[in-house]
Amino acid sequence: MLRAILSDDLPRSRLLAVLLAVILVVLAAAPFLLPGTRALETAARICMFIVLVASYDLLLGYAGIVSFAHTMFFGMGAYGVAIAAAHLGPGWLPIGAGAAAGVALAALTALAIALFSLRVRAIFFAMITLAVASAMAVLVSQLSGITGGEDGLNFRIPRELTPGFRLLEEPVFGTRITGRVIAYYLVFGTCLALFLVMLRVVNSPFGSVLQAIRENAFRAEAIGYRVVVYRAAATCLAAVIAALAGAVFAVWLRYVGPGTTLGMEIMIDILLMVVIGGMGTMYGAVLGATIFVLAQNYLQALMERAAAATAGLPLLPDILNPDRWLLWLGLVFILSVYFFPAGIVGRLRGRA
Amino acid sequence: MNGPSLETRGLTVRFGGHVAVDAVSCAFRPGELTAIVGPNGAGKTTYFNLISGQLPATAGQVLLEGRDITRAPVAARTRAGIGRAFQLTSLFPALSVLENVRLVIQARQGRGLRAFPRVSAQRDLIAAAEAVVERVKLTRLAKSPVAALSHGDQRKLEVAMMIALEPKIYMFDEPTAGMSLDEAPVILGLIAEIRADPAATVLLVEHKMDVIRSLADRLIVLHNGALVADGPPAGVMASAIVREAYLGGALEDV
Ligand SMILES: Nc1ncnc2c1ncn2[C@@H]1O[C@H](COP(=O)(O)OP(=O)(O)O)[C@@H](O)[C@H]1O
Ligand SMILES: [Mg+2]
Repeated sequence: MLRAILSDDLPRSRLLAVLLAVILVVLAAAPFLLPGTRALETAARICMFIVLVASYDLLLGYAGIVSFAHTMFFGMGAYGVAIAAAHLGPGWLPIGAGAAAGVALAALTALAIALFSLRVRAIFFAMITLAVASAMAVLVSQLSGITGGEDGLNFRIPRELTPGFRLLEEPVFGTRITGRVIAYYLVFGTCLALFLVMLRVVNSPFGSVLQAIRENAFRAEAIGYRVVVYRAAATCLAAVIAALAGAVFAVWLRYVGPGTTLGMEIMIDILLMVVIGGMGTMYGAVLGATIFVLAQNYLQALMERAAAATAGLPLLPDILNPDRWLLWLGLVFILSVYFFPAGIVGRLRGRA
Repeated sequence: MNGPSLETRGLTVRFGGHVAVDAVSCAFRPGELTAIVGPNGAGKTTYFNLISGQLPATAGQVLLEGRDITRAPVAARTRAGIGRAFQLTSLFPALSVLENVRLVIQARQGRGLRAFPRVSAQRDLIAAAEAVVERVKLTRLAKSPVAALSHGDQRKLEVAMMIALEPKIYMFDEPTAGMSLDEAPVILGLIAEIRADPAATVLLVEHKMDVIRSLADRLIVLHNGALVADGPPAGVMASAIVREAYLGGALEDV
């Protein structure tokens, strides 16, 4: 049963299994375990990034395709929901239609980019994705009448998902089941389902062909696989999943802007999460996203305390100044890539 | 008499001014093993590349069972029945031996686009792959990543990949080059088995005279891209030895 759910792709490391189980349990019970809205925001962010990073891993780690357009596809899903909700009103129907439109646009754009450029060379594909993603970002900021431009769009969501809504009169385990909790479970459930679908895909015959193409596209073609078709299919699938993650996350945030969805910074974050977690492992996305988001959110606070604790000493408080958190984050990444070239999962499985 | 399964007509490729394969016309029949010799750089591998499609021809045609496939892409030719084992080993290094072979069988059966069943549940594919791995005596290494294999074992797998395709045309490009004396017989035994199949057309680039004598029904000689001799091995070799200097030692006496 568990083997089927995990598509026979077991963690293959006891520590990894424990870590994954802890992350799953904490995320599943987040509204009850973690007090405060900040913690729930973080949990939702982790869920969303796990899916986004895993879908990028499908491309980079499994198919060996380098794309810089992944946040663009994420943005298409998010903006689909936001534009529909902002212009058509806060019902379930506009949200569903907006998500569907965003996903369809992502799939078509991915297909067009793939067919246009994957025949040529991998590097050409990377460049095209960069160009298209930049163009899309410019387009979004120009069409401010529709997209809200640089300010982005605030929009309302169905009442059942808002903090004011109460599902039950009585609290459960001391937690009120508000619309916010329901919205969290919408994010969590969608992300879990998408992750398991991807885990199945990479362990399917199709997934095995992607790995063969990554290893040796020349031989994959020579044994009869039309490499272009498989690369295009992988590109579309990853784009669709990124767009779905974007749509769900937009509902959660009730806001979409260029900074949160389309920016190159997020693209780089995703790359780092894949590499830190371990490329071509799927589970690497879980660890990479969790660690990264936690570091992003709590490193500053941690440093503040450390700086205060070392206040009397020379130099140390200066280095631990919260303003330097990016420096520390960068250092942690360099060290982790240096010491775990196969990522955390690769390391835990003992082949790093 | 059967018609040819594979035929090239005036097949030519030019690289700038250099004619690497020069108007080669030749027909190959099922049940026949044709050895191909020629000095290094004669164009043997390039001739194979034109037949299996890795290189587009400048002029001429390739016909498979009478059908013109000169413009068909590589994957389509493979699916039509052209099998190739490469001179330079070309495998999926990070994947296991069994997985390399399983991927071939999966390709042959057109099952690569299935994205929802689990690979581990496709027992028939795995069993078929195990049988092929057994034939090349790699069963004890079936779970090892290919990158960890010795050169000789990688050469065996290279041949196994073609056998798993069950092609109509088998193209071996120096299959035993660089193999130790006790490893080569596994490959030569397999080639002998394939030759015994009356439906199989076999092309074999090979330098060793004794191998050609024992396996080949026919011998052709390429020189500077052109086909310069064609006939029963004994006759061609006799004349080839006379022209040894001219051929630049294309045959190795063993
Ligand atoms: N893609 C290519 N571009 C330029 N020259 C090539 C290419 N492929 C082969 N050649 C040339 O064609 C000639 C034949 O090479 P090859 O077919 O590998 O010889 P053989 O297999 O008989 O030793 C050589 O001179 C080689 O340098
Ligand atoms: Mg050669």
